[in-house]
Amino acid sequence: MVISNKPLRFIVATLVACLPLMSFANPEQDSVKVKTEVAHEVKTEEAHEGAHAEPTDVKSEIKEFINHHLLDSHSFTLNADKETGSHNGFSLPIILWDNGLQVFSSSKFHYGEETAEHNGNFYVLHHEKIYKTEADGALTEEHGHPTNVKPLDLSITKSVVGILFVAILMFFLFKGLAKSYTKNGGIASGAGRIFEPIVLYVRDEIAIPNIGEKNYKKYMSYLLTIFFFILFLNILGLTPLGFNITGNIAITASLALLTYLITTFSANKNYWAHIFWMPGVPTPMKFILAPIELLGTIIKPFSLMIRLYANILAGHVVLMSIIGLMFIFKSWIGSSLSFGLAFVLMILEILVAFLQAYIFTMLSALYFGAGNEEHHHEEAHH
Amino acid sequence: MDKLINDFSFGLFIWQIVIFVGLIFMLKKFAWKPILDAVNDREEGIKNALLSAENARKEMQNLQADNQRILQEARLERDNMLKDAREMKEKMVADAKSEAQVQGLKMIEQAKAAIESEKNAAMAELKLQVSTLSLSIAEKILKDELSNKEAQTKLVEKMLGDVKLN
Repeated sequence: MVISNKPLRFIVATLVACLPLMSFANPEQDSVKVKTEVAHEVKTEEAHEGAHAEPTDVKSEIKEFINHHLLDSHSFTLNADKETGSHNGFSLPIILWDNGLQVFSSSKFHYGEETAEHNGNFYVLHHEKIYKTEADGALTEEHGHPTNVKPLDLSITKSVVGILFVAILMFFLFKGLAKSYTKNGGIASGAGRIFEPIVLYVRDEIAIPNIGEKNYKKYMSYLLTIFFFILFLNILGLTPLGFNITGNIAITASLALLTYLITTFSANKNYWAHIFWMPGVPTPMKFILAPIELLGTIIKPFSLMIRLYANILAGHVVLMSIIGLMFIFKSWIGSSLSFGLAFVLMILEILVAFLQAYIFTMLSALYFGAGNEEHHHEEAHH
Repeated sequence: MDKLINDFSFGLFIWQIVIFVGLIFMLKKFAWKPILDAVNDREEGIKNALLSAENARKEMQNLQADNQRILQEARLERDNMLKDAREMKEKMVADAKSEAQVQGLKMIEQAKAAIESEKNAAMAELKLQVSTLSLSIAEKILKDELSNKEAQTKLVEKMLGDVKLN
C-alpha cells in the first residue's frame, strides 16, 4: 500500500508549528496546582467513603470522561448533565449468569448510581463491572479492586450493540452487492459497489500475494469479513456516538484468537515441521528452536491483538484529550488551536482506521500463508 | 497489564466471538461467495473477450495480408501477361514482315524468270516470223522477177512498205 507522505508531512509540520503556541498557552492556566490539589482531595475523599464520588474540577472531569468512554458501557448514553443528573440515551438489557439467567434493564442501575435489585439479588455497577453485593450495595475493596463476586456478565452492552449494528449493516450491504451482480448482468450497482474495489483489493493485494494462488480461496471469507468488520468498527468509533469497540481488548483478543485458530488448524505439515523440527540446522539447535518457534506462533496473534487495541485506544485518548483541552483553555487561541489539532488528528484517525484494518488483514493473511507454504529445502539437506 | 486483565470483559468476548463467527458464515453464504464468483466470472469474461478480440484482429490482419498478397500476385500476373502479349505482337509483326519480304522476293524472282522466258519465246517467234516473211518475200520477188522488171521493183518497194507497217 502506498501512502502519500504529503498529508503526513503536513500533520507533522502543523504539530511542530503548534508546539511554541502550546508552551505559551500553558501559563494561562495557572490554577493547575490548585486544581490538582482539589482532585487529590476528591480522591482521598473517595477512598474514605468508598463510594463513587464525582470529581469536581474540569481537568479530572475530562479525565474521568475519557476513562469512562474507553470502557464498555451498560447503557447507551449520548450525553449527560452532571448538575441536573439527567442522561440522554436508552437503557440496554443486562444479562447475568448468577445461579440461572438473570435478565433486567440497565435502568435499574441508574447509570451506576444505584444498587439494582433483581430476584432477591443485589448488584452494583462499578467502573462498568457488575458486582454482587448485599442489600446496602457496599463494595469491599482491596488494592483498589473490589473483591465482591463478579457474576458472568453477558449483557448486551453498548459495544455489543455496536457489533450487532455493524454485523447487520455488513450483512445487508454485501448481500445487496452480491444480488446486484445477478440483477445487473455481472456489474455491481447500488451502495455496495463502493466496496467492490476494496473486495478486489483484499483478494489481489492481500490474499493472493501472501497465501498463494492455490490456497487463497478458503481464507477469503475470513479475510474479507475481518477487514470490513475492523474498518467499520474503527469508523464507528470515530462517530460522535462514542463507541470504542476495536479499542477494547476483548474484541481484539477474539479476532486474534480466530486468526490463531485458523492458522493452527489449517496449517500443513511443513508448518509444523518448521516449528518442532526445523530442517537444515544442527540437531542440538532444533531443541532450542522448537520452544522459540512455538512461542512465536502465540506471539504473532498476540501482537495482532495489542497492535489494533493500542492504536485505536491511543487514537481515542489523544483525540479526546485534545478535545478536552478546549474546555480547559477556554481562551481564543488555545481552544481554536485545540480544535484545529483535533481536526487534523481526526483525519489521521480515519487513515489509522483504514491502516489498522489493512494491517490486521494483511498479517492474518501472512500467517495463513506461512501455514500453507510448500517448502523446498533440498539445498538445506545437502 | 493489571488494568488490561481487569478491563477484559468476558461477556463481550463471548458475544463478539458468537456474532463474528456467525457473521463470517452468513456473509460467506450470502455475500462473499456470490460476489467472488461474479467477479471471477466477469474477469474471465473480460479476458475471453479481449482474447477473442485479439484473435479477430490477428485474423483480420492475416486476411488483409492475404488480400494484399493476392492483389500483388494478380498485378504481377497482369504485368506478365501484358508483357507476353506485347512480345508476341512484336514477334508476330516481325515474323510477318520477314515472311512478306521473303515472299515478295520470291515473287519478284518468279516474275523476272517469267519475263525472261516470255521474252525468249517472243524472240524465237519473231525470228521465225522474220525468216518466214523473208522467205515469202524472196519467193514473191523471184516470181515477179520472172515476169516484170518494173513491176518487180514496185512490188519490192510496196512489200517493204508493208513490213514497216507491221
